[in-house]
Amino acid sequence: MVRLTHQACLAAFVGTLSLSASAEAIPSMTLDIEIPRLAVAEYHRPYVAIWLADERHQAVANLNVWYDISMANQEGETWLKDLRQWWRRSGRTLDLPVDGVSGATRAPGVHQVSFTQMAGDGTVFAQLPPGQYFIHVEAVREVGGREMLSFPVTFPLSTNTYSQQGQHELGKVQLTIQNEGDF
Amino acid sequence: MKKLLLAALPLALLATIPSAEAHRAWLVPSSTVLATEDSWVTFDAAVSNEIFHFDYRPMSIENFQVIGPTGSNYTLVNHALGELRGQADLQLSDAGTYRIYTASHALTARWVDADGQRGMYPPRGQQATVAGLQAALPANAQELTISESSRRIETFVTAGAPSLQALTPSGVGLELHPITHPNDLFAGEMAEFQLLIDGEPAVGAEIVIIRAHTRFRDNQEEIELATDDQGHFTITWPQAGLYWLNASYRDDRAKAPATQRVGSYTATFEVLPF
Repeated sequence: MVRLTHQACLAAFVGTLSLSASAEAIPSMTLDIEIPRLAVAEYHRPYVAIWLADERHQAVANLNVWYDISMANQEGETWLKDLRQWWRRSGRTLDLPVDGVSGATRAPGVHQVSFTQMAGDGTVFAQLPPGQYFIHVEAVREVGGREMLSFPVTFPLSTNTYSQQGQHELGKVQLTIQNEGDF
Repeated sequence: MKKLLLAALPLALLATIPSAEAHRAWLVPSSTVLATEDSWVTFDAAVSNEIFHFDYRPMSIENFQVIGPTGSNYTLVNHALGELRGQADLQLSDAGTYRIYTASHALTARWVDADGQRGMYPPRGQQATVAGLQAALPANAQELTISESSRRIETFVTAGAPSLQALTPSGVGLELHPITHPNDLFAGEMAEFQLLIDGEPAVGAEIVIIRAHTRFRDNQEEIELATDDQGHFTITWPQAGLYWLNASYRDDRAKAPATQRVGSYTATFEVLPF
């Protein structure tokens, strides 16, 4: 569902930009996020936020937020504050759900999300000022723990792969950046 | 300067501090950061020795008021007063920040009459007026101290994004003018606040900050601060948790017939892990 919305955005975007984009690079980010299987008495799928922040920790783009999106009366939003860094930096100012960002929680396993040319919220990678940024992946589980992994990335983006191993709420998280302009 | 002033005050003045303040009064919210509008927050209030532990007397929340994102149109409900704890609930019907507070501002006087008997005004539980004070004062009162005394106890909660409407100072008594938003506090980060007395910077106010759960440790670990010449102070929160802040202020710039201004300010803050 998220992907579909994202693709729709992308199609619209490419349509409008095709006049100006010639042989420019097309940056993309792919995240492989492992949700670990946990042997706990009461298991709930984690809420996960993936966002891009600048050097001063200000959120500049939302990639994805996974939460209990289909509960009645938007009840699932109640616990978004427990993604406490994301909530502070971005969530609390959003009008949820956000098309292209909000999505359902995921079961244990590896989940791939990919963002070509723009973040889930439509922020165009190529339009961000050059500099140091962070991709943050924050996970929190009801009656469980919280964990955040942060990947330093430099804009403009250049092809690279980063990998980090979570300790309890996240498994291996891999960030793959491709910029087709880099030869 | 501060010490000299205190030393010069008659001993009797020390007794003007309401008995509640020998202990610690506080109002604690169940949450300070909430994601959705219409969320409920419940409050506990007490006067205690240990911070946020119901070990002495309850404090009623009936006298507390609420200023929220759209003004004062919010009501605390489900009041209860137990032997050790007062409680009430508040629904955050709009997005933004709420200030839950009680504030009093009164004239108090102490004296010694011709027979050496100590006198005080107003009598316990009564409202003070200048006319009432004039009537109550004996003709030849000695060691007369008339104080303009203010007291405020409060806390802050936010649904959604923090907002500023509820944080506007009233201009009366000793109060907090947050530079850092009181619902945006994180361990390891510095917060900046200003204290105001009747709307002006409260210079040299003394501040004590104590983290919750003193009963589970050997030392109070209080942080003692004072406001600078602009009434400002900063604190870098040593760790996440609930904190009790008490500020006291005293000067001799009271409105006649008072000869001194005395202010007490108490607030509860929640500091989140970074």
